[in-house]
Amino acid sequence: MAHEKNHDYHILNPSVWPFLGALSGFVMLFGLTIWISPAVENNHPWLFLIGLVGVLYVMFGWWSDVIREGKEGDHTPVVIIGLRYGMLMFILSEVMFFAAWFWTFFKHAMYPMTEGSPKVDGVWPPEGIETFDPWGLPLINTLILLCSGMAVTWAHHALVHENNRKDVINGLALAVFLGIMFTAFQALEYAEAPFDFAGNIYGASFFMATGFHGFHVIIGTIFLLVNLIRAMKGELSPEHHVGFEAAAWYWHFVDVVWLFLFGAIYIWGS
Amino acid sequence: MADAATHTHDHHEKKSFFVRWFMSTNHKDIGILYLFTAAVVGFVSVAFTVYMRMELADPGVQYMCLEGARLFADPGAECTPNGHLWNVMITYHGVLMMFFVVIPALFGGFGNYFMPLHIGAPDMAFPRMNNLSYWMYVAGTSLGIASLLAPGGNDQLGSGVGWVLYPPLSTTEGGFSMDLAIFAVHLSGASSILGAINMITTFLNMRAPGMTLFKVPLFPWSIFVTAWLILLSLPVLAGGITMLLTDRNFGTTFFDPAGGGDPVLYQHILWFFGHPEVYMIILPGFGIISHVISKFSNKPLFGYLPMVWALIAIGFLGFVVWAHHMYTVGMSISQQSYFMLATMVIAVPTGVKVFSWIATMWGGSIEFKTPMLWAFGFLFLFTVGGVTGIVLSQAPIDRAYHDTYYVVAHFHYVMSLGAVFCIFAGIYYWIGKMSGRQYPEWAGKLHFWTMFVGANLTFFPQHFLGRQGMPRRYIDYPEAFAYWNKLSSYGAFLSFASFLFFIGVVFYTLKWGKRVSEENYWGGEAETLEWTLPTPPPEHTFETLPKQEDWDKQPAH
Repeated sequence: MAHEKNHDYHILNPSVWPFLGALSGFVMLFGLTIWISPAVENNHPWLFLIGLVGVLYVMFGWWSDVIREGKEGDHTPVVIIGLRYGMLMFILSEVMFFAAWFWTFFKHAMYPMTEGSPKVDGVWPPEGIETFDPWGLPLINTLILLCSGMAVTWAHHALVHENNRKDVINGLALAVFLGIMFTAFQALEYAEAPFDFAGNIYGASFFMATGFHGFHVIIGTIFLLVNLIRAMKGELSPEHHVGFEAAAWYWHFVDVVWLFLFGAIYIWGS
Repeated sequence: MADAATHTHDHHEKKSFFVRWFMSTNHKDIGILYLFTAAVVGFVSVAFTVYMRMELADPGVQYMCLEGARLFADPGAECTPNGHLWNVMITYHGVLMMFFVVIPALFGGFGNYFMPLHIGAPDMAFPRMNNLSYWMYVAGTSLGIASLLAPGGNDQLGSGVGWVLYPPLSTTEGGFSMDLAIFAVHLSGASSILGAINMITTFLNMRAPGMTLFKVPLFPWSIFVTAWLILLSLPVLAGGITMLLTDRNFGTTFFDPAGGGDPVLYQHILWFFGHPEVYMIILPGFGIISHVISKFSNKPLFGYLPMVWALIAIGFLGFVVWAHHMYTVGMSISQQSYFMLATMVIAVPTGVKVFSWIATMWGGSIEFKTPMLWAFGFLFLFTVGGVTGIVLSQAPIDRAYHDTYYVVAHFHYVMSLGAVFCIFAGIYYWIGKMSGRQYPEWAGKLHFWTMFVGANLTFFPQHFLGRQGMPRRYIDYPEAFAYWNKLSSYGAFLSFASFLFFIGVVFYTLKWGKRVSEENYWGGEAETLEWTLPTPPPEHTFETLPKQEDWDKQPAH
């Protein structure tokens, strides 16, 4: 580069990832329509899968670049502050995404509809719907997720205060394991659900809210797993571990959403 | 090569076309991409309206026939009205304008190009993600166009459900056009959210040394507030349209009363996003107008601090007034009263802005250059739209006006004439800075006057039509409404001619326009930092961060 840069901000080289990512996104969503729409004859998932592979490939390549740039020292203190802001804003937007699902749940739980509504109020849960006992599997899952959050905090402490790589790895491994357990139990619960996704408002609200949460748990687990691998390779230092911090924030966010789901849908809403 | 200012071009020429425009990590290039794409999509969207106004010019259906859409009326031939085509036109005009034209131009285009320049930042906080925002916007637009051409309702192409995508229309529309439209909105929403994250982080983290929050110029402030609106409201819409998607494809019943759902819930979710959306559209425009008025009045902006707080207040209030779009859905009287009062409160900060702009001009030595004409036009027209807004904010009066042309006139006065005039003001104000070439002044003025007359001729009569009771969204109307519809159509044709002329002006300017090399070619104080940079700016600006005396004209402030 001919020009000299006299500041600590991160000026990036051209990158093909954004273009490829958006292209794959287009293919993926177009393919998803072809796959799911009843109006399409011969539904098939292939176009969707091609797009999905593209998106995953771009994510892998892009974030590998970010990790490499971090190692090369591009992440100066001011850039790290920016990355933190970015992650916080992202989590905030996710919170608002869940607001939509809580909105539909609370609307229908507080003002249930039935034949003759709005003059006549319905009941919640709707007639004929048998709900889960919150004090069985859902409670266990709550404890699992809380323990997992604690394990992440343990790893964080071990990294920042003691720089104890063994404990960082143990903590993260435990967190990832508990995250996988949570997802497995959630799958078990879905399989046993006495109500359907389609045809009734309870099932729709329940599955979409907890389903999107479950999806975020999987993302968060992968995020932690990446950091576990990086910790094993010795790439995290007490001073420089933005990715770890972001993963921990994300994990706590997933935790908190679950507490609201547990309180609202499982306990109050049943 | 220590001094970047002397080497404007050498860098660009080293990059291949693909690398520069497809792999960009440069906020200025990405801003230009946004502006051009928005212009192309805008042209498509405007062409739809011209076709609609052709159809509405006379009672009866002459052009949109089931026997085939026509460009020339043929009294001899049979014509069965094709309502679906009409519905498709209004739907895509709305969707494209709302999601793919105005926000990308103002927030993506000018926001990207000038927000970092105004705060003295070398680039955006996340330059690569910035490009992802742009390409996701292109991908979203492509899905939108695909949706237009895909099998839809009534065994025809496209979806005719209105841009708000209300169920049950949107959940029962045939084909898969509607699903593509939903995904188009998802993608454009994700693009905007990433853009918002980028803007907020840049604003908070990359201001020039000494530039405390209340020293930041108004344009970056307007972008910052807009970014918050996007960040907090678009994800909610994403949830809502996902419910539409599952209702359509997986048999869920979020909005279907037969399964305990409620279509009114969708309206709440949509407008919780939709009302902030209209402020996302207009707030960046407020920022541009503030600079233009100050520059061409040769005076610093009147009441900087109240102007900033008015932006913040409008942004906040934008989140708590959404149900004034739905007075007639059967809300309780107390709900309606709340939304009515909250809505009227918005007139206060908006008034602060309008009166501060007027006060800025007061006693100034005003130059009516083209950008100032647009700003002036904006001021008048936005105020007209604001006043009809107060009329519509009253729940009892809305009983009569709801879904009439009065509403159409109102929101086109604030958006088509408000926001779009801001875009034009911005283009004429900055095109010299961006391209290094200046437009011919007479051409800019001709564009302004034809557009000003055309747009008013289009939309002012629609107030009368609304008061006469003509409903929105119909392909045809009784004889009684013919007179004002005819005038309105003439206005639309004039505006379209003006728009074509504008495209010519832009091409002429970029190709043969007079070269400008002065940094501060409008003269006067260089109140904001872009006027201290070379024209056009080098690829990388502020490689050495600006010093406080470069931009701080009122250090004691």
